[in-house]
Amino acid sequence: LLLLLYTNAYGLYHMIIAFDELKTDYKNPIDQCNTLNPTVEKVKKIKRVKIAIKLVLPEYLIHFFFCVMFFCAAEWLTLSLNLPLLAYHVWRYMSRPVMSGPGLYDPTTIMNADILAFCQKEGWCKLAFYLLSFFYYLYGMIYVLVSS
Amino acid sequence: MHPPTGCYGAPPQQQSYPTIPAHPAPVPSKAPITNSAHSANYYRSNHHQQQQQQHLSQHHVAPSPYSASPSSAPPSQTYATLPSSAPPPSNAHYSQQPLQQQHHPPYAPPGSYYGPQSYHAPPAQQSQQQPSLVPAPAVGPGAPVYPIVSYPSAPGSSQFGTLSSSQSAAAHGVMPTQMGAPLHQYGTTRPASTAAVQPGYGVAPPSHLAPTVNGQGGTGMCGGDTSSSSTGSASPVPNSYDNLEGGSYPDSMPPSNHMTNQAAPYGNYGYPGMPPAYHQGPAAVTDSSPSHDPYGQSSYQQYSQPFPNMSQLSAALGGLSGVPELEVAALRPVNLLQERDLLPHRPLEAPEPNLSPDLKKVNCCPQSFRCTLTSIPQTQALLTKARLPLGLLLHPFRDLQQLPVITSNTIVRCRSCRTYINPFVTFLDQRRWKCNLCYRVNDVPDEFMYNPVTRSYGEPHKRPEVQNATVEFIASSDYMLRPPQPAAYLFVLDVSHNAVEAGYLKYFCESLMDNLDKLPGDTRTRVGFLTFDNTIHFYNLQEGLSQPQMLVVSDIDDIFIPSHDSLMVNLKESKELVKDLLTSLPGMFSESKETHSALGPALQAAFKLMTPTGGRVTVFQTQLPTIGAGSLQSREDPNQRSSTKGVQHLGPATDFYKKLALDCSGQQIGVDLFLLSSQYTDLASLSCISKYSAGSIFYYPSFHCTQNPTQLEKFQKDLERYLTRKIGFEAVMRIRCTKGLSIHTFHGNFFVRSTDLLSLANVNPDSAFAVQMSIDDSLADSSLACFQAALLYTSSKGKRRIRVHTLCLPVVNQLSDVYAGADVQAITCLLADMAIDRSITSSLSDARDALTNAVVDLMSAYKNNVCNLQQSGLVVAASMRLFPVYILSLLKQKALRTGTSTRLDERVFAMCEFKTQPLQQLMRMVHPDLYRLDDMSDQGALHLNDTVVPQPHLLHLSADRVTRDGAFLLDCGNVFYLWIGKSCDHLFIQDVLGFPDYASIPATMTHIPELETLLSERVRAFLDWLQDKRAFSSTLTVMKDNSSAKASFFQYLVEDRSEGPFSYNEFLQHIQQQMS
Repeated sequence: LLLLLYTNAYGLYHMIIAFDELKTDYKNPIDQCNTLNPTVEKVKKIKRVKIAIKLVLPEYLIHFFFCVMFFCAAEWLTLSLNLPLLAYHVWRYMSRPVMSGPGLYDPTTIMNADILAFCQKEGWCKLAFYLLSFFYYLYGMIYVLVSS
Repeated sequence: MHPPTGCYGAPPQQQSYPTIPAHPAPVPSKAPITNSAHSANYYRSNHHQQQQQQHLSQHHVAPSPYSASPSSAPPSQTYATLPSSAPPPSNAHYSQQPLQQQHHPPYAPPGSYYGPQSYHAPPAQQSQQQPSLVPAPAVGPGAPVYPIVSYPSAPGSSQFGTLSSSQSAAAHGVMPTQMGAPLHQYGTTRPASTAAVQPGYGVAPPSHLAPTVNGQGGTGMCGGDTSSSSTGSASPVPNSYDNLEGGSYPDSMPPSNHMTNQAAPYGNYGYPGMPPAYHQGPAAVTDSSPSHDPYGQSSYQQYSQPFPNMSQLSAALGGLSGVPELEVAALRPVNLLQERDLLPHRPLEAPEPNLSPDLKKVNCCPQSFRCTLTSIPQTQALLTKARLPLGLLLHPFRDLQQLPVITSNTIVRCRSCRTYINPFVTFLDQRRWKCNLCYRVNDVPDEFMYNPVTRSYGEPHKRPEVQNATVEFIASSDYMLRPPQPAAYLFVLDVSHNAVEAGYLKYFCESLMDNLDKLPGDTRTRVGFLTFDNTIHFYNLQEGLSQPQMLVVSDIDDIFIPSHDSLMVNLKESKELVKDLLTSLPGMFSESKETHSALGPALQAAFKLMTPTGGRVTVFQTQLPTIGAGSLQSREDPNQRSSTKGVQHLGPATDFYKKLALDCSGQQIGVDLFLLSSQYTDLASLSCISKYSAGSIFYYPSFHCTQNPTQLEKFQKDLERYLTRKIGFEAVMRIRCTKGLSIHTFHGNFFVRSTDLLSLANVNPDSAFAVQMSIDDSLADSSLACFQAALLYTSSKGKRRIRVHTLCLPVVNQLSDVYAGADVQAITCLLADMAIDRSITSSLSDARDALTNAVVDLMSAYKNNVCNLQQSGLVVAASMRLFPVYILSLLKQKALRTGTSTRLDERVFAMCEFKTQPLQQLMRMVHPDLYRLDDMSDQGALHLNDTVVPQPHLLHLSADRVTRDGAFLLDCGNVFYLWIGKSCDHLFIQDVLGFPDYASIPATMTHIPELETLLSERVRAFLDWLQDKRAFSSTLTVMKDNSSAKASFFQYLVEDRSEGPFSYNEFLQHIQQQMS
């Protein structure tokens, strides 16, 4: 279980990195040489968006799985902590842009400063949440082990 | 000698530079280089010649360290001139004069030393010209330094005059009252006591500085002012001195400081004469003495000019930037509830940025590059306080009359931010330049030292790159990913039953046949055709066939290309076959009963066909795609058309088209969509194919070849323009801006590949872009903000080219200055773009509220922060006085209106147009121009060639301006309405329309006959003149007072209540309520 959570946090971290790259890209002078290189750039960019897309669904699924586990274990407190995020995930996925495949981010609007900033902020917040809950679960597990 | 002149078509400058003749004769003005012609650049052609001649010109080089300019005048001359000029008759008036005179001697030496060339020349001229009082002086001085000065539009304003005047004002301690508010800083900086001294100061620095700053020329002059004003005292001197030591050159500022130290009376400078005396007089009395006006004004503006690029000076700037009279006018509070006649007589021009005249001269043309705020606020906080959006409106690939094209091995760019060298960089010395965007100091490459224009060496600041804000480079292979591909055009034609009914095919084929030779391209140009109904038909046009072969692919679920090399063929080799096909095509499907349309698969086929080369796909579609991938359902409920509640389905129903467009964009394929339909075709979904592949969209609602002749005419005209207009392939556009600014959002048709990079598979001269900006860091350490848009594209001739536009704007730290520089039209357009985004992501009513709030916010912000008068009513800066009218018209546009029956497709199309139309065109659509034609006089008329173009006044868009006894022309951008009142003058009807009286005018009339009467000639000249300024020709509709089409005329009278809930008055009242 812990491992899963860790993976989740790790995945999210990658996602943040991906966004960060998107944002800082081309502000970095070294990257400037890519200017002349549209195809390569484009492939790179799309790849990054894809990374983000690929990570989103597993993250949601894992989180959902956690909630189910907590529910089964009757860990009401933990579950209630996680429910808001679950609800947010559902809402977020429902209100995603029109898309035929799974995914959350639209490559045509992701470069919009507002959206990019929002996605980044969202990523950081969730990372913090997952890290905190990771330690909380760890504490819970150790407590259970020790007391039994 | 000044090839650039040729380029610009500027008036001959010879007269202005006496010195010039000495030089080796330049290649006399070459034919202007027009970009459309793709003519070779002068550069290259001259090159070898120049080299040969170099030895000749060496004598110039020798003095170069100081005499950066070609001016041949020997230093001694300079000297001489100074003194002589110094005692101008005018000086006599001056009380200050003695002072100045004293200073003279010390000065003189420095004068000769430095800038001499550039300066002494001016003095001499000025003195000569003085008697005439012509603004010419400016030209004179500028000339020697900057051969290119010849900007046709450049006002002759005297730079010198300005300086002196400003100083004089300061000296006297008399500030014209109007200036008070803006100048505040001014007052503080200059204590009265210092005044006497300062004048001298001010003068000196400006002139000297100027040259340094730009390195290039024109700019420098005015910059000086700022510096002087800010410092006010000697303090500046040391600094500049340091710089000087630091290795400054003649170009660099230091020299100027030098001068300043010494004492600086104006006189020394050289301009001796006229300016000081002259100006001072007028300056003090700017307002009172009308006769002096020309001078006074010009001087004023200049005064305010910020110094380009000089960080040291920048601080001073704020203070200095006094407010030119223009700006004062722009700031005049206007009470909207009381003042009714807000419209200017002529269509509104872009406001001029408050820059020095030299910077203004080289600044980018507002039609290509325009900013919503011509004075950039220093911080985001200030911007927020102003409640105005900051953004750019670009029309980068516009058809230009003149464009300097540059071929050189190395394209000089900043090593850190990759900015192209531009007129607003600073040359620290001849070897180094400082980037104006990131402030990095770069080396000037050797090649750049040689100036092909003047054929001299050692004058990097006179290169055409540095003299023009819009230039085009021929790029080397470094700028290519692959060898330039041939121009490739694929036409995808809908031939289903519906299309045959509409009958567009015949007209398309005719038009293409006529324009086959005019398609942009070279001998490699490739064309292909593809038709579709429920199957896809390819055409084999391989050279050698006796007639075109049709290949039908009926498996639309898995499209394959039947033959790879014979479907896209070389136009030149297969021209006969293409013509054959075009002749037979309309007949081939005339019996078609197939009602399905497989647009999606056809686009996929087109994508596969074009993948190897990229190019342009032109799609003609007449109905909703019904089968295969990308099929759509009708989403419009006709009963909801006039609902005042939210409008649904503004966004795409499927992302098929978007994904395909992104694939196309990746393969450098642009898709243009012609939609000719009478029913709902879900443009919201279909438009994605063009939106993200940088295409353009044309929509002809209820198109029918016989029943709707006006649409047909428009289609034919548009098609002709479309087929023959310039095109660029494989384009990318990057927008760079001064450090501290960043790009927030883009609007237009493209794919955003990075935070500042747009990928444009195709670029055409008729599409514009808008960019929202935000201010990340304070711009306090710079006085200028620059924006550079670089468009890299492959021309239809297979050349890789880079078109670079650079815009330079002053940075201000006062709210009032921000308002004074607000460009109401650009703001309206940017807000429209933002509102459209909002209506798609959120809802239409949200977007409408946001627009109304924009007005409310602006009014409140202005009232609370700028206007101290406790006036009741709606007060707004004069520069923004039309804002409420424009916003009200926006709310009544098809794209954003509610409560009126609007078909969804038309609404979506209007939204697309908002995003892509260039500003002028968009403004005409939003707020049409209304003229009265029957009482036109020749007063103020333009004389172009042999024709007299009358300039009737603009009228407010209100029914009470449209009288029964008049004839009115409404210019809506893509259509003209000629409204004939019931009791219109018979003379007008006879002379212009060719009918005896009102009753005999037919109900539908779309042309004005060519009659031999004076009135007819005037009217036609006026219409042609309006027409000439736009890319797509507009149709004309003559309307009678009683005709049923009347409603479509009155819907444009936005100040009335005819459309939407508000009249203009009600709207103002509504805003007032919201404010309180």
